[in-house]
Amino acid sequence: MPDANVLHDATTTDGALLVLAIVLPAAGILLSFVLGGRYAERIALILLPFGFVIAMIIFIDVWRSGHLLVYIVGDWKPPLGIALRADGLSATMMVAMAIVFCAVAIFAYADFGTREGSAEVRAPFAFWILLMAIWGAMNLVSLGGDLFTLYVALELLTFAAVPLVCLDGRAETLQAALRYLLFALLGSILYLAGTALLYGSYATLDIVLLSRRVEMEPATLVAATLMTIGLFAKTALFPLHLWLPPAHAGAPAAASAVLSAVVVKGSFFLVVRLWFDVMPGMLGSAGSQLFGVLGAAAIIFGSVVALQQQRLKLLIAYSTVAQIGYLFLIFPLAFDAASAQLQGTGALTGGIIQAISHATAKAAMFMAAGLIYAALGHDRIDDLGGIARALPMTVVAFALGGVSLIGLPPSGGFLAKWILLEATVATGQWWWALVILAGGLFTSCYMFIVLSRAVAPPSEPLKFQIVVPRYQEAAALVLALASLLLGFVALGPVDVLQVGRLDSMMVTLR
Amino acid sequence: MNAATLFGLCGAVLVGLGLYGLVTNPEPLRKILAFNLLGSGVFLVFGVVARRAAASGLGGDPVPQAMVITAIVVAFAATAMAIALVLRLLQETGRSTLSADDPGGTDGGNS
Repeated sequence: MPDANVLHDATTTDGALLVLAIVLPAAGILLSFVLGGRYAERIALILLPFGFVIAMIIFIDVWRSGHLLVYIVGDWKPPLGIALRADGLSATMMVAMAIVFCAVAIFAYADFGTREGSAEVRAPFAFWILLMAIWGAMNLVSLGGDLFTLYVALELLTFAAVPLVCLDGRAETLQAALRYLLFALLGSILYLAGTALLYGSYATLDIVLLSRRVEMEPATLVAATLMTIGLFAKTALFPLHLWLPPAHAGAPAAASAVLSAVVVKGSFFLVVRLWFDVMPGMLGSAGSQLFGVLGAAAIIFGSVVALQQQRLKLLIAYSTVAQIGYLFLIFPLAFDAASAQLQGTGALTGGIIQAISHATAKAAMFMAAGLIYAALGHDRIDDLGGIARALPMTVVAFALGGVSLIGLPPSGGFLAKWILLEATVATGQWWWALVILAGGLFTSCYMFIVLSRAVAPPSEPLKFQIVVPRYQEAAALVLALASLLLGFVALGPVDVLQVGRLDSMMVTLR
Repeated sequence: MNAATLFGLCGAVLVGLGLYGLVTNPEPLRKILAFNLLGSGVFLVFGVVARRAAASGLGGDPVPQAMVITAIVVAFAATAMAIALVLRLLQETGRSTLSADDPGGTDGGNS
C-alpha cells in the first residue's frame, strides 16, 4: 500500500470503520468473558454478520473512491504513531474472510451451540471466543500499517489458532497443537528479529515510510530473510509444512475450516505485504525463482502425499499444503525483469483470487468431511461407499470445492490459474505453467478417488451415528458455491485489488 | 569496541545458541527454553537499536523500548501456553515428546 501522497497521511472519512472492524471482535471477547458461558455463542452470532457488513462498507468505499481508507490512531502521525490503512487487497481479504466466518459460525452452531437445559461445557465457550479472536486478528493483519502492529496481529492469530487445534483435548491433538505452537514461535521470533534490524537501519516500521527509505544493504537483506523464513514457517510452505497436516486434520471440523481457510492466509498476506509493498525491488530474480521453487515443491509433494492418504481429513490437509504452493508461484511470475521489481498487477491478482477461492473451497470441504465423519463415525476413504446417496448435499459441496481446487471453469480456482498461466506466457517462464497444470492433474486424481468411493454402493448397510442437520450441509454448500462462482468476478470488481497500487506507481513515475 | 557493539554481539550469540537449541533438541521443554534464549537475544538487539539512537541527544530511542516490552509480554504468554500444553500432554499420556506418531503407544523409548 505504498500510496505515498501527503493527502493520505491523515484520517479519511469513514476511517473510523477500520477501528470498528478491530474493536468489535475485541469487545465481543471481553463481553463474553464478563457474561460467561452460553452468551459467548449469542454474542459471536450477532457480531459476525455485523463484521461482514463493516467489511462490505469498507470494500465498497475503497472500490468506489479508488483511494485508501486511513485511520491515524490517536492522531499521532507515523513514524511515531500507528496508521491503519485499507487498500484494495485488505478490503478484499476482509470481505472474503467475513463470508467464511459467517458460514463457519452457522456450521458450528450445531456442534458448539448450547441447548436449552444442557449443562455448560468449556469447549463451546472456548470455541466462540477463539473464533472472534481469529476474526479480530485477521482484520488487524489486513489493516495494520506498520510491521510491528502486524507482528502483534500475527501473534494474536497464532494464539487463537493453537487452542482451536486441541479443543477436544485428545492426546494426539495436544501433540499436534504443541508442534504447531513450536513452529509458530520460531516463526514469530524470526519475524521479530527482522523488525528489530529494519528499525535499526531506517528508524521506522511504517510500511509507506519504509518503502521509501529501504535500500539494498546487508542488514536489510538479513532482516528480510529472517522475516520471510518466519512467515514461511507460519504459512506451512514446504519444507516447513510438517505441523500442518496433523493439526488441521485433528481439529474439530469447524475449527479445521477456520484454520485451513483463514489462519494460513494471514501469514501469506504478510509475505505479500513485505515483498510487494515494503521492498518490491529487493527480491531480485534469484529470490523470486527460489520462492517459486518452494511453491512448486509444495504443490508436487503435497499432492503426491495427499494421493496416498487413507483418511479423508488428512487428504484435505495435505491438499492444503499443495494449494499453499500455488500462492508462492506469484513471486517469479510477478517479477518484472526490466525494472527488477515485483509488479503488483496480474500475478498478484491471481494469487489473491487463489487465496480466496482456496479459503472458501477448503472450508467447505473440511465441513463436508466433518459431516461425513459425524454421520459414519469414521472418515476412511475406502469405506465411504453409499455416503453420496445418504448425504447428497454434503458430497456435492465436497465435489464443488474440489472443482474449484482443480481449477475447472467457472470456479475461482480456474480464474486464478488462468491469470497465473497468462503470466507464465507473458514473462516467458513456461516451467511454472507445467507445475500449475501438473498440480491440477494431481488434484483431479485425488478428488476422483474420493468421489468414486463416495458414489459406490455400500459394502454393508450404512449405520448412522447421528442425523446431520440440514443447515450444516447448507453452510458447506453455500461456501462451495461461493468458490465455484468466484470466477465471475472477472466480469466485475477485480480491479479493486489495484487500489493503492496504481497510485503508488504514478508516484514513482513522477 | 563500544558498549552497543558488545551488547549487539551478545544478542547475536544468544540468537545463535537459541536457534541451534530450538532446531536440534527433540524435547519440547528444552525447545521452549531455547525459544526463550532466542527471544532474549532478539530483545537485546532491540535494546542496542534503542541505544544507538542516543547520539541525537536523547538517552535512548523510546520506540524500540516500547516495542520490546510488547514483545516480552507476547513471548511470556507464548511460553505459558506452550508449558500448559506440555503439562496437559504429560497428564494425558505420561510422556511429553513430539517424536512418536502415536503418543498413546508403548513403543516409544525416546522420551
